[in-house]
Amino acid sequence: MDTFLQQVINGLTAGSVYAVIALGYTMVYGIIQLINFAHGEVVMIGAMVAFTVINALAPFGLPALAVVLIGTGCAVAVCMLVGYSMERLAYRPLRGAPRLAPLITAIGVSIILQHFALMIWSRNILAFPQIIESQTYFIAGAAITTVQIAILLICLALMSALAWLVYRTPLGTAMRATAQNPQVAGLMGIDVNRVIAATFIIGTGLGAVAGVLFGTYYGLAQYTMGSILGLKAFSAAVLGGIGNIPGAMLGGVLLGLVEALGAGYIGDFTDLCRYGWLADSIEACARDGHFILAGSNYQDVFAFLVLILVLVLRPQGLLGERVGDRA
Amino acid sequence: MKFTTAGVTLIAAAFALAGCGEQKPPAKAADAGKAAPAAASGGSEIRIGHAGPTTGGIAHLGKDNENGAKLAVDEANQAGIKIGGQAAKFTLIAVDDQADPKVGTTVAQKLVDDKVAGVVGHLNSGVTIPASAIYNQAGIPMISGSATNPKLTEQGFKNVFRVVGRDDQQGPAIASYLATEKKPKVVAVIDDATSYGEGIADEVEKTLKAANIKVLPREKGTDKTTDWKAVLTKLRGQKPDAVFFGGMDATGGPLLKQGRELGIKAVFSFGDGACTDKMTELAGKAAEGLLCSQAGIPPQAASKKFLDAYKKAFNTDPILYAPFTYDAANMLIEAMKKADSADPQKYLPELQKLSGFTGATGPIAFDDKGDRKDAEITIFVMKGGKIEPTAVVKGGKTVAYAEFLKSMGGSK
Repeated sequence: MDTFLQQVINGLTAGSVYAVIALGYTMVYGIIQLINFAHGEVVMIGAMVAFTVINALAPFGLPALAVVLIGTGCAVAVCMLVGYSMERLAYRPLRGAPRLAPLITAIGVSIILQHFALMIWSRNILAFPQIIESQTYFIAGAAITTVQIAILLICLALMSALAWLVYRTPLGTAMRATAQNPQVAGLMGIDVNRVIAATFIIGTGLGAVAGVLFGTYYGLAQYTMGSILGLKAFSAAVLGGIGNIPGAMLGGVLLGLVEALGAGYIGDFTDLCRYGWLADSIEACARDGHFILAGSNYQDVFAFLVLILVLVLRPQGLLGERVGDRA
Repeated sequence: MKFTTAGVTLIAAAFALAGCGEQKPPAKAADAGKAAPAAASGGSEIRIGHAGPTTGGIAHLGKDNENGAKLAVDEANQAGIKIGGQAAKFTLIAVDDQADPKVGTTVAQKLVDDKVAGVVGHLNSGVTIPASAIYNQAGIPMISGSATNPKLTEQGFKNVFRVVGRDDQQGPAIASYLATEKKPKVVAVIDDATSYGEGIADEVEKTLKAANIKVLPREKGTDKTTDWKAVLTKLRGQKPDAVFFGGMDATGGPLLKQGRELGIKAVFSFGDGACTDKMTELAGKAAEGLLCSQAGIPPQAASKKFLDAYKKAFNTDPILYAPFTYDAANMLIEAMKKADSADPQKYLPELQKLSGFTGATGPIAFDDKGDRKDAEITIFVMKGGKIEPTAVVKGGKTVAYAEFLKSMGGSK
């Protein structure tokens, strides 16, 4: 039981980071139907900027929490700037172009950002500074660290804040209106360009925080970390129904859980020796007592298999691509 | 390419001259004076190539290797060796392979075109293996001081040697150390599904099973896995006394950190891929007490004569494999002396059967494949953020590090 509970805690932590990143994909898709493939790189840049700032401030003897907060603040500011510039320079000029053009541009921006980071931060794996003392607590035999608790709380807070922004503020109303119909929104006096820019800025700001959380949780950062994180978060957004904000949150958390449980139990399920009628015919069972087809390194395969299954049965994603209030 | 190599050679030459000028002006200047006419008078210049990455992420290691070879060549020049009746003037041609297999084959061809008599290098296994085919075609002997992948000497090339241990000797070494020193009852073995990680993990598992220790079903990640919690959580339920991981520090660091976060108290042990000080940065306090192995011996365990000479020549301490490249270059020179010729065809047989050679890393002789007989594997333990050698395994026997040091000091 403690093993299962532990896997759930692990999955929830990773999943809530995915969810925050997925929000960036889904918000942009909701408003201009663009899959911003560069979003994963923004997350990476967030982690890298925080890495540099925290390392630079560490010798000054400031309280650890303050250093981390300043680092995160700088990361958010830089990423918002990157997000705004990317929208202004790469996507806005292509607003009226066929769908494929901005998509390819997004891939291009992603490559540019990645190599930009390579030039600044080298290709080495950077050890993310661990300046906050992490305490481990045990609940019914399952371990949870202070960092994990912080990640869960921060992600929850960010998601609630975003929901409040989108559904309760004038900017959110403008965003939802633009998502429904940009032309009509423009006619109603909404500055569509400003709203789109704001969407990018909010999305990339969230991405920056996710990058810092990821770096702190796993203790490392590298210029390539954005691609796989981006892919997973994008999948999470699709799983929940792309363009749908609650969907991205649900998708992220689910993907994290599926991954953790998959990696934890796939080896047991594919151990052919567990199945009596097979065990007798396999030599290895008598010798080693196990014959595992797919080990835990297939966790990504398992996660994406679940994704494909969901999409076959529900192409619009779990919560659906709700056109009405996607934002 | 041509320009770069010429540049490197020039810089190396300038460096050598400058170095001579600084340290012992009268004696060295005289040597330089002697050597110059010798080179000018007869065609007895003998070129020895060195290939390793001197730019990029592991440039410091490449330069360290190059320095080792350079020291050997400089010493040989000072000793006034005669080969074929003429005073031999050795020249080191150093090239940069950027730790890239493609660049490695290009610079290997360049060395062949420069008519080197022998090659010391390369640094990385992945670069050495394709480059070795080029040297083999040209019939030029090569000795690597740091390529540990077994495949290198399994290709059947007669001209390929190494003075460092093989990965498949490392697995048994760390496993037997674990079994005898830590006496675990249940061991979990994890690998990163690369040929390196899987290979070393297989060897560990084999050795542990032979020692009647229970080994749990193998768990796997990839060489990019950062989240090991699912695997570790599963293992925690099976209560292993020790965990072995075959993989690099980039994945091993997070594995160790997450293992401790989950409250696993087992001894963690790693192969050489994760046997670096970087583990402290990546895993923080969790790194304390980890065990790991490296093929060969730490540079500080090399002979005192070598350490002093290196320090004097380069004003710094050797980092990692310099004692090995030093020995490799010396073995080439020794074989040439024995054969009284720098012609690869003539001295290669001498190199193969060279015996009684004692280098900076102890006695060296090659087996039929070109591997070092009874190569040492060193076991390290992480103490206060630094990996410290604790024991040396040689020919299946474990010797405490302090005793090994004594034996090295005694033989010199």
